[in-house]
Amino acid sequence: MKEKLEAIQNAALALIEQADTPAALEELRVRFLGKKGELTSILKMMGKLSAEERPVMGQLANAVRSDIENHLEKKSTELKAKEKELRLQAETLDITAPGKPVEIGHKHPLSIVLDEVKDIFLGMGFQIATGPEVEYDYYNFEALNIPKGHPARDTQDTFYITDNILLRTQTSPVQVRVMEQQKPPIRVIAPGRVYRSDAVDATHSPIFHQIEGLVVDKGITMSDLKGNLLALAKRLYGEQTRIRLRPHHFPFTEPSCEIDVSCFRCGGKGCPMCKGEGWIEILGAGMVHPKVLQNGGIDPDEYSGYAFGIGLERLVMFRFNIDDMRLLYDNDMRFLEQF
Amino acid sequence: MNLSKKWLLDYVDLSVSDKEFADEMTMSGSKVEGITHEGEDLKNIVVGKILSLTRHPDSDHMWICMVDAGQGEDLQIVTGAQNLSVGDFVPVALDDSYIQGGKHIVKGKLRGVESNGMLCSLAELGLTKHDFPYAIEDGIFVLGEDCERVTGTDIHQAIGLDDTITEFEITSNRPDCLSVTGLAREAAATFNKELHLKTPEVKCEAGGDVNDYLKVRIDAPDKCYRYNGAVVTDIKIEPSPRWMRERLRASGVRPINNIVDITNFVMLEYGQPMHAFDLRYLKGNQVIVRMAKAGESITTLEGTEHPLSEDMLVIADQEAPVAVAGVMGGEYSGIMDDTTTIVFESACFNGYSVRSTAKRLGLRTEASSRYEKELDPESCGLCLARALELVELLGAGKVVSGTVDVFPTPKKKIVLPFDPEWVNNFIGIHVSADEQKKILEKIGFVVDDEGIHTPYFRIDIEHQADISEEIARFYGYEKIEDRALSGEAAGFLTDEQAFEKKMSESLLAMGLSEIATFSFISPKAYDKIRLPEDKRQSVVISNPLGEDTGVMRCTILPSMLDILARNYSYRNMEAKLFEIAKEYIPTEKDKLPEENNRIAIGMYGANIDYYTLKGIVEKLLDISGVADYDVAAVRDDPSFHPGRTAEITVDGKRLAIFGEVHPDVAENYGLKTKPYAAVIDFDLLCKVKNTVRMYHPLPKFPAVTRDLAVVCDRATPVLTMERAISKAAGEILEKVELFDIYTGEQIAADKKSVAFNIRLRSAERTLTDEEADNAMKKAIDALAELGAILRS
Repeated sequence: MKEKLEAIQNAALALIEQADTPAALEELRVRFLGKKGELTSILKMMGKLSAEERPVMGQLANAVRSDIENHLEKKSTELKAKEKELRLQAETLDITAPGKPVEIGHKHPLSIVLDEVKDIFLGMGFQIATGPEVEYDYYNFEALNIPKGHPARDTQDTFYITDNILLRTQTSPVQVRVMEQQKPPIRVIAPGRVYRSDAVDATHSPIFHQIEGLVVDKGITMSDLKGNLLALAKRLYGEQTRIRLRPHHFPFTEPSCEIDVSCFRCGGKGCPMCKGEGWIEILGAGMVHPKVLQNGGIDPDEYSGYAFGIGLERLVMFRFNIDDMRLLYDNDMRFLEQF
Repeated sequence: MNLSKKWLLDYVDLSVSDKEFADEMTMSGSKVEGITHEGEDLKNIVVGKILSLTRHPDSDHMWICMVDAGQGEDLQIVTGAQNLSVGDFVPVALDDSYIQGGKHIVKGKLRGVESNGMLCSLAELGLTKHDFPYAIEDGIFVLGEDCERVTGTDIHQAIGLDDTITEFEITSNRPDCLSVTGLAREAAATFNKELHLKTPEVKCEAGGDVNDYLKVRIDAPDKCYRYNGAVVTDIKIEPSPRWMRERLRASGVRPINNIVDITNFVMLEYGQPMHAFDLRYLKGNQVIVRMAKAGESITTLEGTEHPLSEDMLVIADQEAPVAVAGVMGGEYSGIMDDTTTIVFESACFNGYSVRSTAKRLGLRTEASSRYEKELDPESCGLCLARALELVELLGAGKVVSGTVDVFPTPKKKIVLPFDPEWVNNFIGIHVSADEQKKILEKIGFVVDDEGIHTPYFRIDIEHQADISEEIARFYGYEKIEDRALSGEAAGFLTDEQAFEKKMSESLLAMGLSEIATFSFISPKAYDKIRLPEDKRQSVVISNPLGEDTGVMRCTILPSMLDILARNYSYRNMEAKLFEIAKEYIPTEKDKLPEENNRIAIGMYGANIDYYTLKGIVEKLLDISGVADYDVAAVRDDPSFHPGRTAEITVDGKRLAIFGEVHPDVAENYGLKTKPYAAVIDFDLLCKVKNTVRMYHPLPKFPAVTRDLAVVCDRATPVLTMERAISKAAGEILEKVELFDIYTGEQIAADKKSVAFNIRLRSAERTLTDEEADNAMKKAIDALAELGAILRS
């Protein structure tokens, strides 16, 4: 009997060693350890043994059983690992093949930059004001110290609807509308469409966008204007940016200035973008003319303020290196998809 | 304004580089646009003297010249010109030189004869006969007595082609800077130099009394503030001297003859336009400044006849207009070669009047562009005297004693308070009273006990704020400190602005790209979208760029279709676009129109159909929290497909219309595909939105899910069936969802099979089969009432 047990043990271990699939292993488990298995049938013969032999053989038989079980277990783990490895190998992908396209829409470049400017000003405590595009002559000109017959009207070729209604040529009329509705302190920007009778070309469009700014409070000076717009320039073009105020003329601000930023491409050394100047003009500004404050119902002896106007298209064209303004209104998908 | 450096130096001693000049002037308020040097192209061209001329052996028109060009040895140069004589001084382009246009000249052989350079014509120096009236144009420029005729002298210096011209951008408030003296004043103040202005002196060699020659009457004192006139006899019309021609050329004005040149010279020098009439043609020796009469016309100097209207100011003689005041003189009374006695006019007209007249006549001149900015009448006399002084200096004629001065409308003198502290507080600087006074005085202001007296030429100064600008720009804008905005202020988006941002972001997330379109359109666009006549009321632009941009759109649809069409024509396979923009609806006359905000959506492409668009619209409603709305078919909107268009209404108000664009409209736009479009009333959506979100507890009990397929008429709306199911199944209905519509085999031709997935759930307990069956039965019964029979 002992020989038989040992023979079974040897045969089982050898076969287990050779097994190469979990199924073959399972077969072996049934063959040796199953209810009708070889080991079981040997154990059935235990009854015929003597009382002395029985415990010895019993012990041996159990040892054989657990040895076979251990080997089965060990082999099973081995085979599973191997099988997993094969499966993973078979699942290998060409990870360089392109991903499945995800489609989202593209924000218009005008909106991209406008949102950025809005965020900057919201962060500085500004609110966003709006006004009508079809506007009274009064708000667009008269209230801004540009009476009928003023030569400044000539520089802004105006679309008229009637003698007294026009398409606003600037966002500045919103200044007066805001002042009429709100008492100081005032801190607003007013972005929007403006209209001028310019034929379409690479740098002109009869419709374009401005961003007006207005700050009115007690004790506001040109220092505040300078500091505020320097902060804007730094947020737009980086900490190293400098600004330069050049005297200029707008009828509704006094003193007036144009503001240049140090060229964001060359840093001010001079390059094709800044035409060798080192400076790029980005906006016009000035102290709100006392007459304009008065027209807005604000006492110029008590309050002062500054205003500025930014041309959005100009910012956008610089930002994205766009050389033709018409692209912005052409809305070609091949253009829009680049943003 | 082009400023001659030579001319500037007559008034200010400046010794700064051109770059420094430009930078400093720009920073003190006179913006420099560019600097050019006369004769920039010309290099290595010198004065030469013709020593001998011999015929070219192999040419019947060329000459071989020996030229002394101051180069040590004489040069042999071949020329084809026929106007040379021995002893002539001429411009010689040496070997390795450059002439006008950048053409390189090197020595070579002409028909076998060595030529060591080239003799130049006026054109080859970039000049014309106007610059040197004695020269001929189709030959070599032979230098006259007015040139430096020394061999070897650089040509720039020899003929005075050596000025530096600075181009200024002068803002409309500073017509005084449209003159050499005005800019000289700014330059003197900028560089802290003296300004040398002289008072003109006139000898009046003709004697007599101007009043015997000329009578002046102003009938329109509101349009003509002042008229000064003088008379000059014994006029000799000839070219003006080189220095005067040079200054005119540098300023961009063509020299004509001494008298015309003097009027232009004074205008450039002082900014005051002048005019000269031939006294012979002033009927009755009378100048009347009046409004034109109906039916009058005038042929102006450039030879065109212009009809005049009654609101145009003219200078007339006894009978007819002889000039359009401040714009242009008449041809008939102009200066001619045989003119002997002239009248000089130095007048001041209303700026607006000149501007509107010039604009309507299409005659914008150097004179009108100055007058229209509103000049001051004070300078008329000074400028007239300067013109007369120049007449005597040039020997152009004899001045009659006295001037006529009719001055009905003097300007009010402005005196402003001198308040240095106000200025400091306004600008944010600390400039002492003394310093402020000095700044003001160097630009012509007088500061005394009364206050600040503004100089007559500064028509732009009328308020303390204007004074502060003068102080600030000469103190230096760059010295003003930066101060960060202080004080508390809350920056936030309004409800509407935040909602617009949300809508825009949602549309982008759904794969639509944003566009920007023009808000004016062609009225023909309404035809293209087949808009009914009664819906076309638009805000009409009275002076549009062209018909294509004649009206403000009253519907945003054509703008969107234009862009779809454009993309289609670019062969872009697919476009999914949106814009949040305005429609403009007229209201009452003389009132502003309504500006209504709309979300426009437009799409075409292979995988896009009505339900793609509807899905987007529904998602926007979902994001807006709008659940209580009605959907109805729109069969009568001519822009849309009658069977594939829907409207969404809230409380009976249309919130959106969307669907397939009518095939005829698509064809009008050249879209050979099916375009889809939606117009959503953003303002209404913003009003009915509910973006407040509240948490609902997650379900504790399982749901029962059942599928239900029915056969019904094709026309039965799915929405009606969904609503019937909802209502019938009652509270425990969690969701009813369409998952299939089938037509075809096994279904009658006029029927469709519709399958729903229905989810039932109770918040309080697990539903029993019986409860679920019961609900389903009610749903089936409700569907049966609609003629939808359970599919077996």
